[in-house]
Amino acid sequence: MPKFVLLWTDVSIWLLALALVAYGLYVRRQPNLSATWRKVFGDAPALASCVVLAACLLLTLADSVHFRSLLPSAAGTQPGVAAYDARVQSLLDAALRSVVQSRESTYSRPLAYVGFTKESIEVGGQVRRMAPRLAHGGSHLTDPETQWLPDVWRRAATGVALGVAAALALCALLIALLGRAEGSGWRNAAGEVWHGETAIPWRIACLTLVGIFAIGGVVAALMTRYHVFGTDVTGNDVLYQTLKSIRTAFVIGTLATLATLPLAVVLGIMAGYLKGWVDEVIQYLYTMLSSIPNILLIAACVLMVQVFLDKHPEMFETGVERADVKLFLLCAVLGLTGWAGLCRLLRGETLKLRELEFVQAANAFGVSHGRIMVRHIFPNVAHLMLIVTVLEFSALILYEAVLSYVGVGVDPSMNSFGGMINFARNEMSRDPVVWWPFAAAFAFMVALVLAANLFADGVRDAFDPRARAFRPRVVRSKLA
Amino acid sequence: MITYIVRRVLYGVLILAGVNLATFFLFFTVNTPDDMARMNIGGKRVTQELIQKWKVERGYDKPLYWNDFRPGTEQMTDTIFWERSVSLFTLKFGRADSESAGDIGHEVATRMWVSIQLALPIFLLQVIASTAFALLLVMFRNTRLDLLGVVLCVLMLSISSLFYIIVGQYMFSRVLRLVPISGYAGGLDVLRFLVLPVMLSALARLGTESRLYRAMFLEEIGKDYVRTARAKGLSETVVMFRHVLRNALIPIITSAGGYLPYVFLGSLVFESFFGIPGLGAYVIEAISKQDFAIVRTMVFVGSLLAITSYILIDIAYTWADPRVRLG
Repeated sequence: MPKFVLLWTDVSIWLLALALVAYGLYVRRQPNLSATWRKVFGDAPALASCVVLAACLLLTLADSVHFRSLLPSAAGTQPGVAAYDARVQSLLDAALRSVVQSRESTYSRPLAYVGFTKESIEVGGQVRRMAPRLAHGGSHLTDPETQWLPDVWRRAATGVALGVAAALALCALLIALLGRAEGSGWRNAAGEVWHGETAIPWRIACLTLVGIFAIGGVVAALMTRYHVFGTDVTGNDVLYQTLKSIRTAFVIGTLATLATLPLAVVLGIMAGYLKGWVDEVIQYLYTMLSSIPNILLIAACVLMVQVFLDKHPEMFETGVERADVKLFLLCAVLGLTGWAGLCRLLRGETLKLRELEFVQAANAFGVSHGRIMVRHIFPNVAHLMLIVTVLEFSALILYEAVLSYVGVGVDPSMNSFGGMINFARNEMSRDPVVWWPFAAAFAFMVALVLAANLFADGVRDAFDPRARAFRPRVVRSKLA
Repeated sequence: MITYIVRRVLYGVLILAGVNLATFFLFFTVNTPDDMARMNIGGKRVTQELIQKWKVERGYDKPLYWNDFRPGTEQMTDTIFWERSVSLFTLKFGRADSESAGDIGHEVATRMWVSIQLALPIFLLQVIASTAFALLLVMFRNTRLDLLGVVLCVLMLSISSLFYIIVGQYMFSRVLRLVPISGYAGGLDVLRFLVLPVMLSALARLGTESRLYRAMFLEEIGKDYVRTARAKGLSETVVMFRHVLRNALIPIITSAGGYLPYVFLGSLVFESFFGIPGLGAYVIEAISKQDFAIVRTMVFVGSLLAITSYILIDIAYTWADPRVRLG
């Protein structure tokens, strides 16, 4: 039995997932809310990006269960005393064990079977400059020059076929569920989905699913024998690093935005509702906070955290735990420094709301101020909170890269997009150029941020009645 | 107007005092000078003598807020708080923490001009390019071009500015060899070094800004006075440039003005990537050297600039919109 390690961010991420489920159940019971959410999912780009985000969330959750595996009892150790591996692994690491272990000596191109740099190798008594065969990538090929291309094609084709098959099975399940829910039978439901006649564009969701699975299938099929995105300077697989980076990005995006909420909401509503000196103090606080350039404030706080962590090295058993606490504190710092914007927004909205009839009525009935704020003001500003949260998510993922570059981001031992880009800077100036870590980080990061942005747009359009008008619409029947 | 500005300036000073207190608290009370010395000396050879020497060299051996061993007003002035926090208001920044770095005030004064050289063109180009792009989209509203433009904007704002820099440097400096990769020179030569960072910086924010401006323009276009202007028989160009643009200026000023403090501080990342010795690069160097004195000073300078720019924005409002009366 491995020893499970509870990391701070793991616990937060899982709690967050549970909260998401609870919110989903809550929305189902509220007709207004569920109608608005249906509007969000009725937007094709938002639905497609939701599928992408869900895939990333699953990956994050798999990467958020950490354990130290049990070592086989060696001779000489006392029986009954379990020895655990010093390395902390996650479920994702365990699933990708073959990839983690297939380390090369240095750079290698994507899908390569030979190394990137030439070395002097003795061949039949002569020393020749040539690229050596890789230890793992394509090591099963006996005659790589002729076998390589067919092998890659065969694996890719199998991967696509299996991926699409799996996706289709999932879609069939979805259609069956839809048919049952509508009571029209699965045949009808399948027809409607196929022709795109459903209110929620399930066809788009299915297509996205097929796309993700097809790509995932190819990658998974090639991953066992090749380095799909090549290897980095120390010979580690780049694909593995990008997958790990998704978790870091996700953690920062979610936890840091959530960390802003308590302060922003409590102070914003209090300032707007109570007015007077409370308002003055809170305004002073957030003006002060927003007058310091954000990056400097974060840098100052993170430096302080670093000093603190250096002072207490005994608090952490492993390097992973230390890096994780640093990530958690980074999120806290981002939260504590980033609440000014939302607070200002909520204060303004509350100022407007408190003059409305329903608040006056509650006041006349003798409802206490605290209760009015919780029961009457908060539900009416909750949509702003939601919009800002989803908008911030993508901004923070982008921000993490900048922070890591500046040197106040996540721990260098932790995989993150920022760290990868940081390395890429030197790699891009090599000759011949090492482009694949950069390309991999770019592709994954753009996909994640784009999905987050599109989803945020959908949420904003549905929840903010003012935003709707500014969507680009193509008016087809201008003459008719 | 004058009373308003005076009041705003006084409030600004109050804010600055708050910022100062908060940073002082963070840097000297949450973590003591001893911790910083240990961090700065680094390694395992840290002894109490070394720490003491480090503190004496930088004047951190004095009491934090109150010195009992001094006569008269020196009880107040011969403390770390006075020398390192209050004196910032007179723009005396003191020496940096790390060995090699010199006087902070001197560095800030020389680097500021470099930052302005980079930042002012970036700021202007950004506002002009984004406004132009947004106007173009609005002109073609409800067509496929508009849709395409918005899709492009969303795509562009999903790409980290670091990618723009790396790809831009690779394309224009390494492959096409049009400009040097990085560096800085005085005189007219500076143009060769600045053109790429300026262009890339404007490009990196084009998506975000023009999408925002587009929404602002569209909001204005829906208003009654625009319909009146059209009903008068004014051409679409006149309506757009004379009426809509003029009225959309106010939100644009707010949005662009919020960016102003960063203009002076320099685009941190751009300066460091392109090896331009401005304030931004200074900050990044300080962070990597863990020089707390510089970071503290830059927090102060940064918020000073931010407060100044907020006051400037308010004055710009009165220029853009005569209905706004400050007072």
